[in-house]
Amino acid sequence: MRLINIKPGPALALFLVLLPFAAVLVAYAVGSDIRLTANPSDKLLPAPGTVGDTMMRLLTEGDRRTGRILFWYDTWASLQRLWLGIAISASVGLVFGLLIGLFPLMRSLLAQFVAVLSMIPPLALLPILFIVFGLGELSKVVLIVVGTLPFIIRDLSQRTYEIPQELLVKAQTLGASSWVIAIRVALPQVMPRLIQAVRLSLGPAWLFLIAAEAIAADLGLGYRIFLVRRYLAMDVILTYVIWITILAFAMDWLLRWASRRFYPWAEEGL
Amino acid sequence: MSFVTVRDLFQTYGNRPIIERVNVDVAEGEFISIVGASGCGKSTFLRLLLAQERPTRGEIRIDGAEPAREPGLDRGIVFQRYSVFPHMTVRDNIVAGESFRAGWGRFFGDAAKAARDRADQTLARIGLDHVADNYPATLSGGMQQRLAIAQALAAKPRVLLLDEPFGALDPGTRLSMHDFLQDLRAETGMTVFMVTHDLEEAFKLGDRVLVFDKPRWDPHDPSRYGATITYDFDARDGGIPFQTLKENIHVPEPH
Repeated sequence: MRLINIKPGPALALFLVLLPFAAVLVAYAVGSDIRLTANPSDKLLPAPGTVGDTMMRLLTEGDRRTGRILFWYDTWASLQRLWLGIAISASVGLVFGLLIGLFPLMRSLLAQFVAVLSMIPPLALLPILFIVFGLGELSKVVLIVVGTLPFIIRDLSQRTYEIPQELLVKAQTLGASSWVIAIRVALPQVMPRLIQAVRLSLGPAWLFLIAAEAIAADLGLGYRIFLVRRYLAMDVILTYVIWITILAFAMDWLLRWASRRFYPWAEEGL
Repeated sequence: MSFVTVRDLFQTYGNRPIIERVNVDVAEGEFISIVGASGCGKSTFLRLLLAQERPTRGEIRIDGAEPAREPGLDRGIVFQRYSVFPHMTVRDNIVAGESFRAGWGRFFGDAAKAARDRADQTLARIGLDHVADNYPATLSGGMQQRLAIAQALAAKPRVLLLDEPFGALDPGTRLSMHDFLQDLRAETGMTVFMVTHDLEEAFKLGDRVLVFDKPRWDPHDPSRYGATITYDFDARDGGIPFQTLKENIHVPEPH
């Protein structure tokens, strides 16, 4: 039988899904064990048990000075910045995507401009953002917007442009104005694409968030990771990295669910 | 009494003529079938009728009005594909036929309810009431085209244009679509232009059959000349065996 025709049953499929996760855990445990037997005070690969203890401590115990559980404050600060940045990118991107995709005049005016803008490496702008917007929340949110907006605009304008001409002509024969075509035909058709684009932008958004927090912040997941780096606190770093991964995965799952729930007609495109 | 008047119509893409010197008069309520080989400008002619494109020369007038500059309410269209809005339910697709001309593209309050009721009546008449809340993607090809025709008619156009509407359907569905279209036409008496590949369909449904072909042909440069109407058949008395030549033909006859 050919390899392309061999499909796993449910049990085997589950096993195969879990296998790489287990492999990473085992590899880490073995590596950590080897280093710790050689040098019990090694800090590079703390034992899984130590990481678990640290995790519990971080999640439940307050800061010694203020009594605040910093883990949740960090999470809240980071999520706020991320959410704000993504929300601004998505809404501005939607408006400009529709404008560029639907109106030839806007396409001539803006398409090339956005294409050039999207080539600017956002991190290279970070110093400028800090100078212009200060070291507060604004510059971090702006970095996320700068980093994700051009992609969202380009993606949505392309999707809008790809809406079959037949549908736009049909709408015109039903007497629709440009405005009605924009809100009743183009907008609902690109909404599932907007969710897709946001899903794809989440990775870069986290990257820019953590980069901005690493350089200037006093709270936030990225700030904490780069702070404890000085003490080689690998257990804390690992806890935060796992937590960020879980958050990112949950957001992605939530967006996919929303897309299925609210745009069932677009099912096959996802 | 000419309802749709086509005068000296030329369409050229770049320096490639597609159709040349098309003249035709159509009375109100006539069903015109348009046939011809691939690439002989039938679809271009339909796009010109629709005002999706504007001709290089010549003009098309409906009921003596100024030639249209863009598609509008007076011309309805059904394409072979992508004719209904995939993001709207079947019922909303029918309602859209009336509501898209409103400022927000939808009705509110009592008007919305009345439009929904009218849409439900329409759906009951065309046998789609049991799928009113489904999305078009779940419908068969024939049902989608029935929906598309009903949607176009909901806007009450003066001329209905059909671009190979049954081209993608299987033969059985096609026959039932013919009955459906003939019933609708008996009911509304609408002027219809239909482009088709199927000669039998053209003669069965049409009152007149226009044949598009290239009267001049350069064997060294096939795209040198455009196509025009070479035959204009009267197809009213029952189709293929009975057709009679209606107007002068533009093809040189063999000697």
